[in-house]
Amino acid sequence: MRVKAQVGMVMNLDKCIGCHTCSVTCKQVWTNRPGTEYVWFNNVETKPGLGYPRRWEDNDQWRGGWELDKRGRLRLKAGGQLQKLLKIFWNPNLPTIDDYYEPWTYDYETLITAPLSERDPVVRPHSQLTGKQMEVKQGPNWDDMLAGAPETAGQDPDLRGIQDHVKFAYEQAFMFYLPRICEHCLNPSCVASCPSGAMYKREEDGIVLVDQDKCRGWRFCVSGCPYKKVYFNHKTGKAEKCTLCYPRIEVGLPTICAETCVGRIRYLGLVLYDADRVLEAASTPDEKDLLNAQLSVFLDPEDPEVRAQASRDGIPDDWLEYARRSPVYALAMRYRVALPLHPEYRTLPMVWYVPPLSPVVNALEGDGYEADPDDVFPAIDMMRIPVAYLANLLTAGDSEVIKAVLHRLAAMRAYMRKRQILDETDSEVARAVGMAPPELEDMYRLLAIAKYEDRYVIPKAHTELAQRLSEQPGTCGLDFEGGPGNCGALPRPEESLNERFMMLRQLPVVGPEAAGK
Amino acid sequence: MRLASTFLWVVLPYSAMVLFVAGHIWRYRYDKFGWTSRSTQLLEGRWLAWGSNLFHYGALAAIGGHVLGMLIPTQLTQAVGVSEPDYHLISAVAGSAAGIACVVGFVILVARRAYFPRVRRTTTPIDVATYVLLALLIGLGLAETLAVNAFGGGYNYRDSVAIWFRGLFILDPRPQLMATAPIIYQVHAAAAWLLYALWPFSRLVHVWSIPLQYIGRPYILYRRRYPALRR
Repeated sequence: MRVKAQVGMVMNLDKCIGCHTCSVTCKQVWTNRPGTEYVWFNNVETKPGLGYPRRWEDNDQWRGGWELDKRGRLRLKAGGQLQKLLKIFWNPNLPTIDDYYEPWTYDYETLITAPLSERDPVVRPHSQLTGKQMEVKQGPNWDDMLAGAPETAGQDPDLRGIQDHVKFAYEQAFMFYLPRICEHCLNPSCVASCPSGAMYKREEDGIVLVDQDKCRGWRFCVSGCPYKKVYFNHKTGKAEKCTLCYPRIEVGLPTICAETCVGRIRYLGLVLYDADRVLEAASTPDEKDLLNAQLSVFLDPEDPEVRAQASRDGIPDDWLEYARRSPVYALAMRYRVALPLHPEYRTLPMVWYVPPLSPVVNALEGDGYEADPDDVFPAIDMMRIPVAYLANLLTAGDSEVIKAVLHRLAAMRAYMRKRQILDETDSEVARAVGMAPPELEDMYRLLAIAKYEDRYVIPKAHTELAQRLSEQPGTCGLDFEGGPGNCGALPRPEESLNERFMMLRQLPVVGPEAAGK
Repeated sequence: MRLASTFLWVVLPYSAMVLFVAGHIWRYRYDKFGWTSRSTQLLEGRWLAWGSNLFHYGALAAIGGHVLGMLIPTQLTQAVGVSEPDYHLISAVAGSAAGIACVVGFVILVARRAYFPRVRRTTTPIDVATYVLLALLIGLGLAETLAVNAFGGGYNYRDSVAIWFRGLFILDPRPQLMATAPIIYQVHAAAAWLLYALWPFSRLVHVWSIPLQYIGRPYILYRRRYPALRR
């Protein structure tokens, strides 16, 4: 057992209202630069739909992620190391910018400089690639709210096997939103695909990053990521991706997308996992077992053995306390209502989703009538759509798991409804989904009340370690144990902090006294 | 004449070598962020498939041929049993194939760059200089192989150009060997040294980043935010 900590995210799709605030704030912070005009580290897709880049989920085409070879060993779907080197001059699986969209801007100056005329001046779109006038044919969210769905949504890869049952006629349509960021996978195929070794997973918090000084622009990470969440900056010629806002995470703040989420759908917290068993879990033969395989890699922060090993593996004690209170662990492991996105890609993703109950309930609720709670349970079982669709998205096609989760969510609603209207505790409905009433109430608190401090349980990085390190080179070489002692006054450590964010000011400055010898 | 010859075949090569080495050190120390192939595959993929593969594999084969022809002395190839006519045949056939692939690929790449406004906009002045020198270099190289050696009278560059080239590295420059070579070889060699001088300042630096270390590497890499503390 080798214990590592991972900052994970859960998104409650039932509460996503598709407002795109997360996308906009993320873009303003991270990709508001030349070369990344088309890049959205966070984007919100309407499902069913093609997504961004179009049909990103079709990994028969893009060949992202992992697969098992004939002998059951895990390998990159796009080919191993030697094959990659042979394809290095031209990557056959790379999306082109038209699979995303051609970024554009408007010549706003026209509005100010246009001469007085009878008609209002018009700003025309200009391509940010060529500078020329262009016709906008596609955007980052072109099929928002099922726009164009009758023509295009049929090509959604998640409809495999159920195309015949899906109708995009107005009365029968269903939809929900899927906000997406980098999954910060336990078994990241982008890292594995990078020939330069520029991509890495941080030991402390599992955040997957690109070293901009080591990236040489070979582009295999872009195609190797099955979620298409690594992007190529066409100005710098280097790969960029969601950083999980690590400068914020390190000081205990949630990511920008989470912080600004008006629906309060996002949860951030620690998950402890056994790094030695990642490969074994990712190599699980049956795709439908991948969910349980990944759950089995997670470690219980209450288990004394786990805690002891975690300490030996260098995980700070306060992090273990944060792991205990983690909403991510609670939703994924304790309540079993969060599910990974496309586990069949075998990357063991760490951004999980609570599937939406609303499409089911909406389908029951006709013109303004509220669905009878008693009808919801049978409806979940009866309804082929969207359960099968959700299964293709979240459980590699296992509808039973989706049904179990939706049952729990429906039971929580029924239980709380009785609790609040009749002041009755219905332990029967709790037992029907294998939970105790207090558990249901805890889950309700987490999902429905969703207090800020319950949603974001993020430990601060131990920067005092870095300060101690920065004191090592070029300072006093005599100040070691048994050595002759101090060389004199050390410079104030604040001077070594090169990031002068407002939020860093609140950090206690750990001086040489406090940090120990 | 003498002065020009010394300049072209002694001063130019050594200046280029100095720029090549110093330039790479400077670039690596101060511009790691700019060290990339600056691929435009994101902007255009179909033409690149042909252009890039033909050009790169052709260029790699041509470089291999130059190692054989320039660095390895005639006596050595003869010692292992390759006679002069044999060598001539091998170099003419393989060299033609590599040269044609390289030139065709290069033409596709340049045409693509000119034709697609998206790609054209990414072209920098130093790219243009690189392409001009490359065009000269590989165009003349193919001409030497085809017009002189495969279908022409032939010219034994291994007795002149190659000895001059090796001489530069053992500090025994012999410019007179180059001064008597056909003009086509002279321009080819001079263009090559100019390209080496430009190399560290262009996108050609990506050549040194061929990620051979990827072979056999563990797939998943971890890094600590801070290296472990020294105790």
